[in-house]
Order: sequence, then C-alpha cells, then structure tokens
Amino acid sequence: METIDISKLNHARPIRVGRVVSAAFLLLAAGYIVYAFAVGTIDWPVVGEYLFTPRILKGAVTTVWISIASMAIGIVVGTLTAIARASRNVVLNSAAMFYAWLFRGAPMILQLLIWYNLALVFPTIGIPGIWEAKTVAVMSPLLATLIALSLNQGAYTSEIIRSGMLAVDAGQYEAAKSIGMTYPDTLRRIILPQAMRVVVPPLGNEFIGLLKTSALASIIGFGELLGTVQDIYYTNTKIMEMLFVATIWYLVIVSLLSVLQIQLEKRFARGFANGGRHG
Amino acid sequence: MKPIVSAVNLGKKFGDHQVLHNVNIEVMPGEVVCIVGPSGSGKTTFLRCINQLETIEMGALFVNGELTGYRIENNVVYRLSEKEIARQRRVTGMVFQRFNLFPHMTAIENIMEGPTRVLKQPKVQARETALALLKRVGLGDKADSFPNNLSGGQQQRVAIARALAMQPQLMLFDEPTSALDAELVGEVLAVMRDVAATGMTMVIVTHELNFAREVADKVIFMAEGRVVETGPPGQVLENPSEARTKAFLAAVVNKKTEIA
Repeated sequence: METIDISKLNHARPIRVGRVVSAAFLLLAAGYIVYAFAVGTIDWPVVGEYLFTPRILKGAVTTVWISIASMAIGIVVGTLTAIARASRNVVLNSAAMFYAWLFRGAPMILQLLIWYNLALVFPTIGIPGIWEAKTVAVMSPLLATLIALSLNQGAYTSEIIRSGMLAVDAGQYEAAKSIGMTYPDTLRRIILPQAMRVVVPPLGNEFIGLLKTSALASIIGFGELLGTVQDIYYTNTKIMEMLFVATIWYLVIVSLLSVLQIQLEKRFARGFANGGRHG
Repeated sequence: MKPIVSAVNLGKKFGDHQVLHNVNIEVMPGEVVCIVGPSGSGKTTFLRCINQLETIEMGALFVNGELTGYRIENNVVYRLSEKEIARQRRVTGMVFQRFNLFPHMTAIENIMEGPTRVLKQPKVQARETALALLKRVGLGDKADSFPNNLSGGQQQRVAIARALAMQPQLMLFDEPTSALDAELVGEVLAVMRDVAATGMTMVIVTHELNFAREVADKVIFMAEGRVVETGPPGQVLENPSEARTKAFLAAVVNKKTEIA
C-alpha cells in the first residue's frame, strides 16, 4: 500500500449548502423589508429630524435612569427576599414567598395603575404624628412608576438570586463556617459573589425586559421615551415616524447594555476560566 | 492535662436513623488521633460534630473545656446562638475531603479571608502570614493562582494553610486524600506530617492505614456508629483484639493486594 500522509495533501473546502441557502433567503427577505419601508409613506427626514431633539433625548435619558433605579432597588429587594426564602424562619420565609407570588402574579400595567391611584384608598399617607401628606401630592407618575417597577422587578429578581444561591456548593457554607465566619459574612463574602456569576446573564435579560416594560408607564403620564414620542405625535400626527424614533433609541440603549453585561460577566467570572465552565 | 476534645456518651441521629451510639473519645493536646473504619461507620459524622457542622442529640461533647452548641442553666438546655457557635468553631480548623476552597478567590485570598474577616487582622499582617503558610505547604509561587488552576493536591495544601491561618488549637481532617489521584496523595500526607511535627493536635479520618501507623499516637476503630477499639497504632492496626477490627483490616489488605 502506498504511503499516505493527509497533512501533506491539499484539503478540499467543505461546501456548506445550508449556510448559502439561508444567507440567500435572509438577504432576499431583508431586501424586501427595506424596499417596503423605502417606498411606503414614511417621512424618513422627520425621523432624522427628531432623533436628537432635546425632548426625545430627555425621554431616552428618563427611560434609562428610571430603569437603572428600579433595577437597583429590585436587586436589593430581590436579594433580601432570596435570603429570606433561604432562611429557616417560617414567618420570613412565607412573607417572602407571598411577596414574590403577589408581584409576579399581577400584570405590570395593573400594578402601575394601582400605585398611581393609591389616593383613592389612602387619601393621606405617612406615620401618624410624625409625617403626613396628601397621597395625590406624593404619588406622582414618577414615584408610582418607580415603586411599581422596583417591586415587580424585586419579585422576579428574588427567584433568579435564589437559584444562583442554590447553585453554590453546600461545601462552601461549611468551609466558611469552619473558619468561624458568621452567616451574614458567609452570604456577603462567599455565597453571593459566587451566585452572581450564575445570576448576571439572566439579570441582564431582566434589565433589558425592565427597560422595555418601563414604556408602560406612559399610560400614567410618566414622560419616558414612549410617552414623549406619543406626546409629540399627538400634535404633529407623524405617528410611525415618531415610533421609529423611539424604536431606534430603545435598540441603541439595549445594545449598549449588552456590552455592559459582557463586562459584568467577565468581572464575576473571576476564578472560573474558560468563560465560566469548571476547568 | 485536660483533654481538648471529650465526647461523653455522644449520640447523633439523622431522622430516625441513629448514626452515633454512646461514643466516648478523648483527645489530649498535642495528640495525633486517626479514626479508621468502614464507610458508614460514623467516623466523619463524629469529626463534623467536633466543629459543629453537625448537631448532637445525645450525651455531650466538650471542646477546649467548653460544652459545644449548648448552655445549661438550672438543668435547662439552651441552644447557643450562631455567633457563639462561630466563636466555639474558632478552636478548630477543618480540612475537607473535597477541599472546598473559595473558587472566586486566589489561593492567598482564601487563606487571608478568615484572619481578616473573623480575627480582624490588618490585611498586611494577614498577607504576610498567608505567604509564610503557602511557603510552608510548598506553594509559595502559587499565591495568586485560582483554585481551579491548581491540582487537587495543591488545592488541599492551600486548604490546610487556610485552616492553619486561623491558628486553631485543633486540626480536623476529613478523609483529606480520598478525592485525590494516587500520585498526589503523598504531597498532602507530607504536609500533614509536617503539621503533626509542630505538635499540633490533629484528628484525622482516613483510609491511609500506613500513614496512621506512622504518624498517629492513637488509632480509633469505628464501625456501625460505635467505637470498637482504641489504642496505639501498633495495637489496633497490627494486633487488634476485636473481631470486627480484624475483619476490617483483613478486607483492606485483600483490597490492596488485589490492586497490586
């Protein structure tokens, strides 16, 4: 038999039929969509004109900061809830379960409306004798949005953090105990940092979801991005154009967030090489 | 001299299943005690009772002269608070079968965690001690490595250093070489030999009978949750008086020759 060494021979390039077919199909589809929008009655210059107006920018910034604030509060509330769920204290445990059940169960838009209309049930709020105020005055669209988004987010986040904590090996608790660490220290220094690694990708998704859910706050008159473009198209009637302006901004913000998420994942992957797989 | 560990008729249940029966064991300061026995004999459970990873249900367990886990007032038993238990645990250092290093911290951070968090040592001092300990276990060059980049033997040596950093009066080893590849067992036993040579009190649950023979002052043979036989290694491992011990040793020798 003749001697064959495959490393000495030319290798034929494999023909990837599936790749070629799918690329051709997608190019056609994309081309058709672009064509449809180009010949449709959309006033593209208006989109460009409004994209960077101060009102739109303010709406976009409002969307970003209300989302960051709600997510931050949501993470704190969610972490505390997850810790309560892990506790042997029956009262704490049930309270945490009830909270998650309630705020995950009711539709977001309904929660927004309830918080905004709280004055109908409680005309005044406060601590009797120390501080009291008219609820109508306190419960602005901003505060109602912030409360509704954070508490809803807290309920979802608690489940994510809980699953992250459960993913940490029981031996880690024992090792922490064995060097005399208290439970709060163990959670803060050993368990939660390890849970974070598992938790960051789903939390990133949650944040993107929250950012888009915040558009619902437009129905109680909170001036975030969607509310702002609606206000504008009520007067200039350029409905589709203004909705595209909002779409572009949502996409830009979400893309920036995805980059941030990758950075965070790297940060918490400390000690786990190969992108988080155990080595 | 007072014993550092004293179990008095100690009993332990998991649900309805009693895993320890009337265990009476004393460990004197400076003593190296090896606990051997078949799996399911309760030897690991007993070790875990010493630093309260398990709670005891019957009898009493004293560590460093203190009743562990409970306080008795007017014949009423009160469970100690988590904080008190954490304080009692500081007497002991523990080395686990599966190492249990903190994977998100480097080797040196693992060792510094207890001294800085629990003993409130300044970082500079803790780092110095940690480095010295790493050198002592032969890993002076691995200070900034993460556990996942270390071999099993190296991880276990870091784990020993982590336990020693808390300056315990008593070191507990739970089958420290059982999870290791055969060629890595030696380096861990060497470190343990070195720790024993410093006069550290050690309680070691192990399957390494040769190591026990060489290092132990006292060997305890346990089976079915009971202490069957106690004595110097030459007696328990070479010339046991109990039938149960003889059967165990014969089985171990047979297994060894099968492998060889």
